[in-house]
Amino acid sequence: MTGAPIIKLDRVQKRFGANVLAVESMSLTINQGDFISFLGPSGCGKSTALKMIAGLMPLTAGTITITPPDKKSEQDLAFVFQEPTLMPWATVEDNVYLPLRLAGVNRRDAASRVQKALIDVGLSKFAGSYPRALSGGMKMRVSIARAMVTRPRILLMDEPFAALDEMTRSKLNDDVVRLAATHGLTVVFVTHSVFESVYLSNRVVVMAARPGRVAAELALNTPWPRNDDYRISPEFSQECRRVSDTLKGTLNVDDIDH
Amino acid sequence: MSMTSTIDPGAEDAAPINTEHLIAARRERILSWVMPIVAISLAIVAWEWAVWFYEIPHYLIPAPSLIAETLVKDGPSLMVSAWFTVKLTFMSLALAIIGGVLLGALFALSRPVEMSLFPFAVILQVTPVVAIAPLILIYVDSTFAALLICAWIVAFFPILSGTVMGLRSADHNLRDLFTLYRATPWQRLRYLLAPSALPYFMSALKVAGGLSLIGAVVAEFVAGAAGQNTGLASRIIESSFRSEIPRMFAALVLVSALGIVIFLMTSWLSRRVLGHWHESEIRRDT
Repeated sequence: MTGAPIIKLDRVQKRFGANVLAVESMSLTINQGDFISFLGPSGCGKSTALKMIAGLMPLTAGTITITPPDKKSEQDLAFVFQEPTLMPWATVEDNVYLPLRLAGVNRRDAASRVQKALIDVGLSKFAGSYPRALSGGMKMRVSIARAMVTRPRILLMDEPFAALDEMTRSKLNDDVVRLAATHGLTVVFVTHSVFESVYLSNRVVVMAARPGRVAAELALNTPWPRNDDYRISPEFSQECRRVSDTLKGTLNVDDIDH
Repeated sequence: MSMTSTIDPGAEDAAPINTEHLIAARRERILSWVMPIVAISLAIVAWEWAVWFYEIPHYLIPAPSLIAETLVKDGPSLMVSAWFTVKLTFMSLALAIIGGVLLGALFALSRPVEMSLFPFAVILQVTPVVAIAPLILIYVDSTFAALLICAWIVAFFPILSGTVMGLRSADHNLRDLFTLYRATPWQRLRYLLAPSALPYFMSALKVAGGLSLIGAVVAEFVAGAAGQNTGLASRIIESSFRSEIPRMFAALVLVSALGIVIFLMTSWLSRRVLGHWHESEIRRDT
């Protein structure tokens, strides 16, 4: 399912101040159509790496190359934060319209695309609602619709479902897989859930902490996209065990609280 | 039934609406208006009765009825003074908003500008206006302009600090989002910083509204000593010199009424602007 390289990280390093090495020499190639999860404990630099890919944080050393942008899209990269990060003063519709508004697309031209993005996440009836009237899961769907409205090639997601209940999380995982498959997206997904990473990705990048680094890259060869049946299949359990064992191997004894 | 939730798929089987709850909510709304009116009316009646019962002379404490009579009798002259105070208050508030917002935006955009100019704003704020007013009255020819400057000094600082604080309070993830989408500085100000600043600005406006009236009255008092203006504060001083206590109270009533009107206006505006989204103004169903 994957194609040519689209994002290349070459010996990327991030240092905060003199003493904190958040990411130590991270090299990675992400291909067109990849669904990659960055999996690791807190403080392993996975969110930092994601923000550096997005261009939201300067690198201390190394390079990140993203292949020339797609001219058909207003925005090559989209980002979904851990919190829904919606503008509370704007309606759902206006929140989703924001990236197009910032790109100079007028409201009339944007209307059908905003509507389509809301239909894709099942919220077309809530276009006129304000974020405060929505549940946590619905807010996150708005955030995803906003990310999708510019038809990006690359979707970066920073633990987007960490604060949601298990049912909502499963549903949103399915939605993200469906959107990624339908639109041929390349997704980089940060999570600390082994189950989530195994269900969503075709490749899991296991990261270790202090200093943050890539500990292992695991390819998951189960057919993709997946559905609910996969969650209860023996293959899923086996892959979860394999990823979990790799993750355990990266944990320092010092990291464990006594 | 129209009151059932539109999202609830089992609406047809919904339990009957708790009408007691709705009646209680309605009663609460009505009481929120009725109780203050009743309390104030009772206080006025008690005042009237006490003046009558203890035969307190009107040059010490006039009865509310006498104050009302004076308000009617001296209405024309008091209204001219009231209009002067209204003009002074609202013009100083408008200038405080313009100056505070513009300077606040400048401070938020440029740290060096803030570091250079903020001490001046603090000096203006911490120096009592009664201490500066005589100087301003000497330096500025027009008494009205001098009074305006005094009232402006008092009302300006809350708007400035509220605007600066508000413009800096935008959610950091939303800031990142605007960076990701390559927003221009104008787009950032228009769609992110200004709406984020609104709750702080509205709260500052409520404070500045009251302060602009206080500034106008205090400045009039200081200038009134020079005997050159026609504001309500001057009417109060004048009445005090002539021992016209009912007239003094009448002018005081007008100052209070103006303060209440300003408070109601700023509260209304805050509800209009923030009511649909901000926690401070959202009315929750209980």
